[in-house]
Amino acid sequence: MQTLTDRAKVLEHKPLNFMERLYLPEILKGMAITFRHIFKKKVTVQYPEQKRPFSPVFRGLHVLNRDEEGRERCTACGLCAVACPAEAITMEAAERKKGEEHLYREEKYAARYEINMLRCIFCGLCEEACPKDAIYLTETFAPSNYTRKGFIYGKPDLLIPDPVRQPEDFQRAKGLIEERKEKAAKA
Amino acid sequence: MPDTLPLAIDTALILERLALIAIVVLSLLGIALYTTFAERKVAGVMQDRLGPNRAGPFGLLQPLADGVKLFFKEEVIPLSANKWLFILGPCLAMFTALISGAVIPWGGELELFGRRIPLTIANPDIGILYVFAVVSLGVFGIMVGGWSSNNKFSLLAAIRGASQLISYELAMGLSLIALLLVTGTMNLGEIVTQQMQGRWGGFLGWNVFVQPIGFLIFIVCVFAECNRTPFDLPEAENELNMGYHQEYSSLKLGFFLFAEYINMIVSSAVMATLFFGGYDIPFVDEASLAQSWGLNTVTVLGTLMLLAKIVFFLFLFMWVRWTIPRFRYDQLMDLGWKKLIPLALVNMLVTGALSLALRG
Repeated sequence: MQTLTDRAKVLEHKPLNFMERLYLPEILKGMAITFRHIFKKKVTVQYPEQKRPFSPVFRGLHVLNRDEEGRERCTACGLCAVACPAEAITMEAAERKKGEEHLYREEKYAARYEINMLRCIFCGLCEEACPKDAIYLTETFAPSNYTRKGFIYGKPDLLIPDPVRQPEDFQRAKGLIEERKEKAAKA
Repeated sequence: MPDTLPLAIDTALILERLALIAIVVLSLLGIALYTTFAERKVAGVMQDRLGPNRAGPFGLLQPLADGVKLFFKEEVIPLSANKWLFILGPCLAMFTALISGAVIPWGGELELFGRRIPLTIANPDIGILYVFAVVSLGVFGIMVGGWSSNNKFSLLAAIRGASQLISYELAMGLSLIALLLVTGTMNLGEIVTQQMQGRWGGFLGWNVFVQPIGFLIFIVCVFAECNRTPFDLPEAENELNMGYHQEYSSLKLGFFLFAEYINMIVSSAVMATLFFGGYDIPFVDEASLAQSWGLNTVTVLGTLMLLAKIVFFLFLFMWVRWTIPRFRYDQLMDLGWKKLIPLALVNMLVTGALSLALRG
């Protein structure tokens, strides 16, 4: 018979010989194999304590970025919403008032910014579409919630911690992003 | 012959027996509890996994967690089920599993409060027959449970279980007849004492060296009687959807699962007693050791030895389970009727002829 590859293994279907029909020698052989497996290296990853490293292109939950002074970068241009194939992103723009310069980087900002995590397919096109470096996909994943409404993430869920007011939280969140960029650069 | 039933039954005897019954039943339950844990652990390491290790240190509290889980599950009795029989099924399974431990000689004699207490709950002259009778009763748990569930799968499983047990009991009995021809007694305590004296010294006095084929047939039949892989057809998950305990939930399911493990332990004890010298410590002359170390120490050591043998057999049960797949039903019947029974018959005839020739 012609085989598709040169690595195909031809199986023989001979009738069992006497030793094989005795069952027991073959069973003992099998038991020897399982006994050897007792001492083999275990493949289990004990999840909450041990984690497998992510691939450099891993795409998890989104984060809305801030600049060095803790101002939101998003200008509510809507490019991410347009790019989104799952139509998971909605936003409402607002104009920055006087005295809000420390909160928003440019004159226009997103008053409401929502991502429906049930719709999102984590393709990362929003990240690519953003001209302001405002949205990133992190390595956080597997969100859980009791209601469908809980999966619509608003600005409080998405915004990265403020580097001025919550420097420690920010460093932790930022670390993930930097790591990610380095990995992407390497890859 | 160790006579265990003195003519005058006094209070101390009753107390001593009750205490022994309590200890045996409780330790059977305790060991069964940890056998479930060991089964999962063995399954894990044989498949390159770790097995349960979350509850307590090394997962040692896992059986307790399992028990608590079963205890708090909702008790469901199907509307169309026969309620009394439905409840009777698991009770029967548990009851027969527990009473089969009554005739096993768990050790030699203890000397406490000036009395010599043999570590056997009862030592009748027909010990093996009693074990046989109780093991046969055990299938009623499966049958009653499966039939009263009023469910096709459960019924099929019950029928399978019953016919499987009947088939393999024959071969088991025949292999035992050959052993009884050698020992000349059905008293389990006496069988152990014979093996302790030994024919060729060391551990060579064990019956397994006299009856290797008999032991082989016996252990295969024990696997079948305990419904363990490769003979676990009554609970074949992929064909029968859990089989006879499909409709069971909560503690009634727990009883069924537990009874299986207790049956395994008792079967291991029977195998150790009949073929592997029971509480005999290999290479040791118990009688002379008892004079230097004291009777109680030697008895305790002997009981620990029996436990070690039981643990070995339990591991063997699990080892086989996680190695080979299940027989097809026709293969099961084929093996039982066409292979094991003829083999057991030949073994019996040869043993009989040899023992006649050697004696006369």
